[in-house]
Amino acid sequence: MGGHLIRDFAAIGRADRPMAGGKGASLGELTRAGIRVPPGFVVTTAAYERTLASIDPEAAARARIAALPPGDHAAVARVTAGVRARIASADPPAHVRAAIIDAYRALGAGALVAVRSSATGEDSEDASYAGLQDTYLCVRGADEVVDRVRACWASLYNDHSVIYRLRRGHGEDGLAMAVVVQRMVDPRCAGVMFTRSPTTGDRSVVAVEACWGLGSALVSGDVTPDSYVVSKVTGEIIKRTISAKLRAHRRDPAGAGVVTTDVPEDLRTRPCLDADELRALVRLARRVEDHYGAPQDIEWAIAGDLPAGANIVVLQSRPETVWSGRAGAAPAAAPKARAFDHVLDALSNRGAAD
Amino acid sequence: MDQTGNAGTTARAFPLPSEITDVPGAEGWRSMYPYFTRFQPEDDQRFWFYNAMHFPEPMPAFDVITAEVPYTAIGANTARVFSFPTTLGIEHRIVNGRVYITAIPVLDPAEVERRAADFARRAGIYYENWDRLYEGWKTRMRALIDEIESIEIPALPDLEDIAVVENSTGVAQNHYVRENYHRCLDLYSKMWHHHTEFLMLGYGAYVVFFEFCKKAFPEIPDQTVARMVAGIDVIMYRPDEELKRLARLAVDAGVDDLFTEGTDPASILEALRSRGAAGARWLAGLDEARDPWFHVSTGDGFYHHHRSWNEDLTVPFAALPRYIALVRAGESLERPTDELKRERDRIVAEYRELLTSDDERAAFDQMLGLCRVVFPYVEDHKFYCEHWFTTRFFQKIRRFGELLHRFGVLADADDVFHLHHTEVDQALTDVMLAWAAGGAVLGGAHFQPIIAERRSMLDKLRDWSPPPALGPVPEALNDPAVKMLWGVTAQTLEAWSSEIVDELEIHGYAASPGVVEGTARVLRDVNQIGELRDGEILVCPVTAPSWGPVFGKIKAAVSDIGGTMSHAAIVAREYGMPAVVGTGHATKRIKTGQRLRVDGDRGIVRILG
Repeated sequence: MGGHLIRDFAAIGRADRPMAGGKGASLGELTRAGIRVPPGFVVTTAAYERTLASIDPEAAARARIAALPPGDHAAVARVTAGVRARIASADPPAHVRAAIIDAYRALGAGALVAVRSSATGEDSEDASYAGLQDTYLCVRGADEVVDRVRACWASLYNDHSVIYRLRRGHGEDGLAMAVVVQRMVDPRCAGVMFTRSPTTGDRSVVAVEACWGLGSALVSGDVTPDSYVVSKVTGEIIKRTISAKLRAHRRDPAGAGVVTTDVPEDLRTRPCLDADELRALVRLARRVEDHYGAPQDIEWAIAGDLPAGANIVVLQSRPETVWSGRAGAAPAAAPKARAFDHVLDALSNRGAAD
Repeated sequence: MDQTGNAGTTARAFPLPSEITDVPGAEGWRSMYPYFTRFQPEDDQRFWFYNAMHFPEPMPAFDVITAEVPYTAIGANTARVFSFPTTLGIEHRIVNGRVYITAIPVLDPAEVERRAADFARRAGIYYENWDRLYEGWKTRMRALIDEIESIEIPALPDLEDIAVVENSTGVAQNHYVRENYHRCLDLYSKMWHHHTEFLMLGYGAYVVFFEFCKKAFPEIPDQTVARMVAGIDVIMYRPDEELKRLARLAVDAGVDDLFTEGTDPASILEALRSRGAAGARWLAGLDEARDPWFHVSTGDGFYHHHRSWNEDLTVPFAALPRYIALVRAGESLERPTDELKRERDRIVAEYRELLTSDDERAAFDQMLGLCRVVFPYVEDHKFYCEHWFTTRFFQKIRRFGELLHRFGVLADADDVFHLHHTEVDQALTDVMLAWAAGGAVLGGAHFQPIIAERRSMLDKLRDWSPPPALGPVPEALNDPAVKMLWGVTAQTLEAWSSEIVDELEIHGYAASPGVVEGTARVLRDVNQIGELRDGEILVCPVTAPSWGPVFGKIKAAVSDIGGTMSHAAIVAREYGMPAVVGTGHATKRIKTGQRLRVDGDRGIVRILG
């Protein structure tokens, strides 16, 4: 492995966020915890820093950005476009490039990989900018991988990211981006799951959404997924909605890249998960949540070419932010002097909360 | 639902009581019921719902006592004894033979406050001494059962026994006709006072725990909350346990071949008697089970034709072939009580752990603890009251029917149930007078045509589809007991009142999870239970606890009425079979033989064809 420039997932933990970014640290943490994660590596922030140092040795470009007035969108667009173009096109230092290529080759000859940016910022920031533009699926070939890594680096200078930093006065020093390179699975179906209800915040359930093919169809809103709410405690399916899943994202059969396809008629209204798979997903969700000790938002896939029992993989897990970020809700009830006071108060139309 | 709830606006989804027309051919239905059960003009201003849970069939004239007496007792306890703050009692009305009810709320906040003070003191005494008082309750209930059992129906011989003279008792037999008849009614009334003595306090504990769980875990299914409070060793499982024991005994004694599906109990008993020692051994085992465990009603104890297993062995014998087959296959029929208990405790512990603070956990512990205190009464009282006592009560009334039959008032002893209890009083007086005077009994000519007409009217009334509710929908339906017991909530009203959008889909409460497909068997009446075949889906107006054993035969259960705490729901969950309850109209919309998909996860029944 390429030392500090590249880190295998297995060599990363959650404390490594500063050099592996949120996604990378999480995938490393999950791998270490024994959760099935497709193999991969992180191109660390050090690799980014070396590269930027070679492109912008005096940090002049960064200084120019830092001096931009946040309200002047046109100026931001003009300046950042130049920076992005340079990062995306300039060759990284030879040893950085070699390290990425070596690591990629170690994933297998001609491996199909996903290349995803892994920001080092806060979770909320992460969540705000987690976007498809920073994720490249079904990438094949060493040169292609290097190109996508550079594109991820460049995404740090997206207009909206820059404007956000300018507004917040975050500055451009110490800013860095890690990139995750992960072997693709060929999913029969995929989706997301939350270890609490996204609609009510109920922590006793896991909410699962699933679509045919790659989960990107679901994340991008190209398909209405099947959705389930399952009790963590009893395993019962509390709600189950099977939708007409008209489209799927799949790897381009020509080799690399993603294509959107029509789902064959007979599969559209068929549930993409069976009861065993759903159970296994819920078990997995609980395990990940237990590991982190906090509600999680998990991307998963079921590989079509792996046997049942070994075919469910986690592609990403991040802290659930919507409900966790809310101020603590009023408690459902507080103890009373005598147990039956709860009944007396309820039947006397006195609120249960007093 | 439109919240204005004004009668006469578009919000009104149910007919007014005054808009209900008589069923053709049954215009004389009013003659069966007392004047105070009739809808009054001002009742149009109030909201009523059809109590299909207790009264799924048109009421025979005598059987209205099962509405009249419970409502005198429950109201006495809520309104006058315990002073429930927000509600007085329940009023009932009968139209076309169907019982509609409404609760009388206390609306004045000052009055609620005053009542609350009394309620706190009075309910507090019961909650604080629950176990001791419940022990006393059981003793009193057993005494009532013994007493009604001991009531004799005077034989009215031509000449009184010499003992009447020797002991100078001075009171002739005909006196005891009325006294003993009245004692039956009085004991029935006392039983209901005791029944409702603890009932609402018990449900109160459940309701607060339910509401708490729903607030803390908005997605938690009702059935899961029910599982947390459910007791494992409850009396209502005993009759079924006895059947399993008898199944094992049949195999053990080598008489199991006699129990084949569809054979009537009398033939089986006959065959057993000709099987020598082995047959005798099984029959002895049966006798052991019969008292008290076969004093279980085939229904919910609200109709005279809800006979006990002891009176009609069809239901228990219908369950035996399957249990015997399981015993032969080497399966254990034991309820895994330890496992059930462990699983219940695990569920409780995990939800408790998921609560967000120690304060919430402390409140959870208090509420659940209180449920556990009241649970034995809530689960077991039905066996004492609706089953053991009530089947005895109807048996005694039937014996008075035999007396009336013997004296020519009735063509058949069971016709006594076509007379209101005050009419039975009159008929008995007629017999008492005729016996004393040596004159003619006049009741035959008077009552027999009336009974013939009532019988024909009941047949016609049976085909009437009662609206699930009448009158303007209230702004808020917040009586927790109504919600728990009857499964009537704002949502149910909406479902009842909305047009049927998809003719093939029926919605109800998801009472027990799972999805299965199978063939429907619609049983309008518990006496049809012998028609049920292995693997069918039971569709019935209301599922009663004693149907428990046949749950082993069926794939799923669907009912018109009932909430997730109804006993049927609990039994279905324990049998691990899907159940959808409180559908409102399933028995009307489903025909025997149709293919159904019952989705107990979502509370949906789909007619497949």
